[in-house]
Amino acid sequence: MAHLEDARRGSAQEPVDTRLRKGLRLAWPRLERWLSAAFVIVALAVWEWQVRTGGLSALFFPVPSAIARTLVRLLTNGELAVNVGATLSRLFLGFALGGLPGLILGLAMGSSRRLRILVDPFIAAAHPVPKIAVLPLIMIIFGIGESSKVVVVAVAAFFPILSNTMAGVRQISPIHFEVAQNYGASLLKVFTRVIAPGSLPLVLTGTRLALNVGLLVTIAVEMVAAQEGLGEMIWFAWETLRTEELYASLIVIAALGISFNFLLQRLTAYLVPWQEEPEA
Amino acid sequence: MSSISPMGFECQHLCKAYQTRNAVVPALEDMTFSVGEREFVCIVGPSGCGKTTLLKLIARLLKPTSGRIIFGTRPADGRPRSALVFQEHGLFPWMTVLDNVAFGLEMRGVGREERHDRARAFIEKVGLAYFAHSYPHELSVGMRQRVGIARAFVADAPILLMDEPFGSLDAQTRLVLQEELLRLWKDHQKLVVYVTHDIEEAVLLGDRVLVMTGHPGHIREEIPIPLPRPRDLSARERPEVTEIKWHIWKMLEEAVRKSLWIPG
Repeated sequence: MAHLEDARRGSAQEPVDTRLRKGLRLAWPRLERWLSAAFVIVALAVWEWQVRTGGLSALFFPVPSAIARTLVRLLTNGELAVNVGATLSRLFLGFALGGLPGLILGLAMGSSRRLRILVDPFIAAAHPVPKIAVLPLIMIIFGIGESSKVVVVAVAAFFPILSNTMAGVRQISPIHFEVAQNYGASLLKVFTRVIAPGSLPLVLTGTRLALNVGLLVTIAVEMVAAQEGLGEMIWFAWETLRTEELYASLIVIAALGISFNFLLQRLTAYLVPWQEEPEA
Repeated sequence: MSSISPMGFECQHLCKAYQTRNAVVPALEDMTFSVGEREFVCIVGPSGCGKTTLLKLIARLLKPTSGRIIFGTRPADGRPRSALVFQEHGLFPWMTVLDNVAFGLEMRGVGREERHDRARAFIEKVGLAYFAHSYPHELSVGMRQRVGIARAFVADAPILLMDEPFGSLDAQTRLVLQEELLRLWKDHQKLVVYVTHDIEEAVLLGDRVLVMTGHPGHIREEIPIPLPRPRDLSARERPEVTEIKWHIWKMLEEAVRKSLWIPG
């Protein structure tokens, strides 16, 4: 241990434990992957076994095999497709409706100090309000139909994109603006060659956050007021005490969230090739 | 009014002050000097003496508080008057080496193919052909600075402004790049204003050295460097270089001691 401590103090460029981990990864990359898969399988097996022997209540924790069967049933009878479709269309519509103004206002506020001073108190007051809390107000304005659900999602998606875009523009080094000015860049060129690419990494972060919070708000809205959608599906499963369906919906929602994050990660790697790869 | 050479410039009683929250801080005071076409002028002085401010004024990134800078004729076909090489981090991290070097041409509206051809030729000249499609973070600091220099040369401005371009490099890399810069300058015959805090560098590179001291920044002395051209760095062994370096150091020593609160 003593030599390890020494090495840790001595190395300036890279902490020893990262190097050790890298070494491990090189030596047993497969083993690591198998380990995590094996852990999941063992956990599921213990779960199944505990329920079957009566150690866990089947009402709260239906056996994994039953959940899997329910998932297959929902997939094959089309119920899942309808609900996922309803949720996704609300999410994407709301995301577009709130994200685009958020992007534009964020770019403007990032670039103009005056606009920032003017609008910021407003944003600071509205941002922390849980967006689901404005649903009743929005239903009064937009009626109880589909549009008010989409508007709530839009409101939720608006803020993360706005604040991240604004931060993205503001963190661009003043040197880059000076270089552009020095070479006589037009305003349009400053936007396309400095502001847009410079803020892109944080815009993408904002997009990821907006999709996550948008999914959350969509599901919540559907629980309160919808005929279909994953939120409604969960709520109905609870009302009828169909716990397998409840778990099945949760799995689907988790899968959606994970795929959004995964897709955005890939998109970021593709659109922002100049950033150093983050440590996995 | 003295005559300004067509591609040179002249600073007349240049003053720059910054407004802070509760005071006006003078950064430059009454700077008067002129630089002729194709001249290599070094400005040497301790950190904080206003060297960078002066360069930004010449690059017209800042406006003088009073006084003025008079330029010769404006270069034709939309070429910028001056190109600034920044200390570091001047490259756009989101552009490849090729696009960074071609940036000046792009801003002038030169078509993609032509500007890439011209940029590529210069990238080859600084020996980075292999890295044309790399991003700056993939290069070493020394390589990045060469890209920055290539970008300034490709923009083809008659005035080249350099703000301690090799300040963050190790001594060996710096020697190599200084010679490379002299070679490029000889081939392209630009007016160079080169800011540094390295006395030897100033003497070896410049036709003339302006010694600046701070609080507020002003020119203490103008020293012509009588070394023949073309020069290489073997000139550092010559006795007159040692003499001039010592002379400049004596001038700066007092200012440096004062800034460190070391009694002289």
